[in-house]
Amino acid sequence: MSEATLYEKSVPGRIGIDLPALDVPEAELPEDLVRADNGLPELSQIQIARHYLKLSQRNYGVDSGFYPLGSCTMKYNPKVNEMIARLPGFAELHPLLPAASVQGSLAVMFNLQECIKEIAGFSAVSLQPSAGAHGELTGLLMMRAYLADHGEHARTQVLIPDSAHGTNPASTSMAGLTVTEIPTDGRGNIDLEALKAACGPDVVGLMLTNPNTLGLFEEQIDQVIELIHGCGGLVYGDGANMNALCGIVRPGDLGFDLMHFNLHKTFGTPHGGGGPGAGPIGASEQLAPYLPGPIASMQQGEVADKAAYRLQMPERSIGRVSTFVGNFGMFVRAYAYILNHGATGLRSNAEHAVLNANYLRTSLKNAFPVPFDRTCMHEFICRGKVGKSPVRAVDISKRLMDHGFHPPTNYFPLIVREALMIEPTETEGKQTLDAFIAAMLQIAQEAENDPDVVLSAPHTVPVRRLDEVKAARKAIFCDPFPDAEFLSRPS
Amino acid sequence: MVYVPHTDAERKDMLAAIGCRSVKDLFADVPKHRQFPDLNLPGPLSELEIERELRHVAQRNTSVEASSCFLGAGAYNHYIPATVDDVLGRAEFYTSYTPYQPELSQGFLQAMFEYQSMICRLTGMDVSNASHYDGATSLAEAVLLALNATPQSRSEVLVSPGLNPQFDDVLRTYLRGTEAYVVAEETLGLKTGDLISHLGDKTAAVVVQSPNFFGQLEELDGLANLVHVAGALLIIVSDPIALGLFKPPGDYNADIVVAEGQPLGIPLSFGGPHLGIFATRQALVRRMVGRLVGETEDVDGQRGYVLTLATREQHIRRARATSNICTNAALTALAAAVYLATVGKRGLRRIAELCYHNSHYAASRIEEIAGLKINPKSPHSVFFREFVVDLGMPAEGVIQRLNDDFGIIGGYDLGQAYPDLANHLLVAVTEMNTRQSIDRLADALREATR
Ligand SMILES: Cc1ncc(COP(=O)(O)O)c(C=O)c1O
Repeated sequence: MSEATLYEKSVPGRIGIDLPALDVPEAELPEDLVRADNGLPELSQIQIARHYLKLSQRNYGVDSGFYPLGSCTMKYNPKVNEMIARLPGFAELHPLLPAASVQGSLAVMFNLQECIKEIAGFSAVSLQPSAGAHGELTGLLMMRAYLADHGEHARTQVLIPDSAHGTNPASTSMAGLTVTEIPTDGRGNIDLEALKAACGPDVVGLMLTNPNTLGLFEEQIDQVIELIHGCGGLVYGDGANMNALCGIVRPGDLGFDLMHFNLHKTFGTPHGGGGPGAGPIGASEQLAPYLPGPIASMQQGEVADKAAYRLQMPERSIGRVSTFVGNFGMFVRAYAYILNHGATGLRSNAEHAVLNANYLRTSLKNAFPVPFDRTCMHEFICRGKVGKSPVRAVDISKRLMDHGFHPPTNYFPLIVREALMIEPTETEGKQTLDAFIAAMLQIAQEAENDPDVVLSAPHTVPVRRLDEVKAARKAIFCDPFPDAEFLSRPS
Repeated sequence: MVYVPHTDAERKDMLAAIGCRSVKDLFADVPKHRQFPDLNLPGPLSELEIERELRHVAQRNTSVEASSCFLGAGAYNHYIPATVDDVLGRAEFYTSYTPYQPELSQGFLQAMFEYQSMICRLTGMDVSNASHYDGATSLAEAVLLALNATPQSRSEVLVSPGLNPQFDDVLRTYLRGTEAYVVAEETLGLKTGDLISHLGDKTAAVVVQSPNFFGQLEELDGLANLVHVAGALLIIVSDPIALGLFKPPGDYNADIVVAEGQPLGIPLSFGGPHLGIFATRQALVRRMVGRLVGETEDVDGQRGYVLTLATREQHIRRARATSNICTNAALTALAAAVYLATVGKRGLRRIAELCYHNSHYAASRIEEIAGLKINPKSPHSVFFREFVVDLGMPAEGVIQRLNDDFGIIGGYDLGQAYPDLANHLLVAVTEMNTRQSIDRLADALREATR
């Protein structure tokens, strides 16, 4: 049964909240600028409470169950961090107060910057970008600015493996640069020969996800980075998969010049139904002056533990990429997360994320082919194909819903046909993984013996399979306007 | 760690299943000389210790009573109804991600569909996306859209001088990736009307903020026509609370409307996460950026919702996508939806009226003070929620005194963004400020400027 919309539930004359009476004299309103009707629905508070409670029951989060959505690191989000981000001292703080009034928040920012620098091996970090893709655009603009300052105007090509996430090429275009796609070799690494051939005086740099989107650590990472630096290019790291590396290796030590971090993946901030996240960016010494700002800096005070913090623009900053300081609420959560884990905990996260992924890979590979079958990092790809069955990856995904699981990522990376990208994360225990394995193996059997039950899945969730083609054709993007009167726009 | 549930026995079993002796062996591909660095990090701390530590840190921020805050300048102190955080606290919502699997995400998809519906009505536009990072990045993307939708020879972006200076900064950063450039206050006078004379065959977009950064409503009548005749697109930067009361940009035939959605039930949170509102006309929907929820049916003919027109997006179109955005601001959009549903038609209008009347009352009280002038450059403009006070002395010192001696956050020192406005204070007044607190502000300003 579908749930009526707010507009369908609306009854003229209702309101969901009492508001204070006006206690100042009324000023004259400019009648010619005032609208007759703002078009919002009218509901009582109990309707609103029930509406959103019902909608929440029609939604699946990490707290609902296993959510192995590859590349997204759907780990458990600690409750205490939610509570801390809501402390009035943080949540009610205006971003434009003088530095002296916001020392606590600036301390959080400074300490988080320091932690990320240490974890990833960079000279400086800016917390400005609001997501991973935002960090990518930021990094590419920094690379452009850096190269321009060094008279390197002819460099326009960004090398991107064919396994890369769509945001990498999209960010490249937004930065006014051109993508050169590099193929993947038979072991799932970037093809070194093709890379060599692409390296030249027109290269801005390489955007590399490591571990890559196949869940594999680049076996020739040292040579790859040397090649790029050798031709005068820079190496940008897509840090989406940093959860596998914390305490294992520092990208800065490997020679990455820049890298973003998805706080909503690696550092446990919730994904919020699609966002908000945060995408801080780290830079090597030579690129640090180009970071977006402002950045928190610290001056030692006269009294030993009385440091003073302030906001500062890096020397040759590309500018702002967000208003104010970026998504501060996410900084608090991520900082709390790092304090909670410490160095040992972060390393343990990476180890268990990798252990879990390899356990699933080993347990599923006989039923679902694994195209690049070697020790993986935090995730792996298998094919959603079983023998000659007509069942495809999407069908397996829908059938998993009947078992109470969220499906893996489908059809990404694009280089693997019928890809199922499985990332269990470290916060799932063996029982959950075993239950998932059992479900997958059962679906594999169904695919051969009773494919219809898989092809017609899901059977047990509030709606059955939805028609995406029809959505695009119908083009209904908002509740119909039955009362177009409030729209006085000339046509 | 407490969030890693493995016991020693389970770890052993799992390693045996993998065929591996130790966890370390799983990292054989990582260059040996770089493996397992010793990280110098604080912690680990227990839950109790983190909470104690961060409560202590939060206390290093000054807190004032909400009614004594008159600071706005792009982030506003509005009431957040209790319904909002109640819904945001539902883990089914906040621990989910982008609804790639619609059958498990009908709740969020419907909430976003309803968000889009309410934003369309508020702005008077045909279609709204399901959120962008913040108002400034929404604007930058709107300008990129305009550059793509107009011929390549058009590379000028005319920006009204009343644009929030941080929006202007973000826009300029984004334009580093293009051949386009901003024509703005360096070369223009202080009136939106002056923009018109710069319209020409190089113009791709005209950006006007109304109410502008100084709180004033711009003259929008007839503007779209001029912009369209010149072959450019009109982008209006709006404010969602003002839209409760004033005519929407759609009425003025805007092509794209963007806004910072923070006033809609989203905490100030030292600047973020906030919400980018982005709405446009049907004709531009295939160029629109970000996620879009559409209505459809399941195989049984039941109504349902999915993400749609994904061929605009990076995961399908890659280098030719309309934007790189992936993670957006869904949860703050949900906050805005719950906010709008709660206050509803009459409530939003009431809140806007309270802001209007309270701010006018504040301006009239401050105007009584000898030597202080309200909106000195445009005393006859209509203003909403925010206004400029010429103090006749540096605003920085006055703000400091209001804070130190009266416990009042007096406003924004315009000198921070405009060196020639160092004597000017930007004062924001909302439904949170009582008559008493406004009177206190006026009395304190009298003292502090004496
Ligand atoms: C490999 C990879 N790169 C980049 C991104 C983009 O990050 P965000 O969604 O935070 O913008 C993602 C997100 O899923 C990803 O998986």
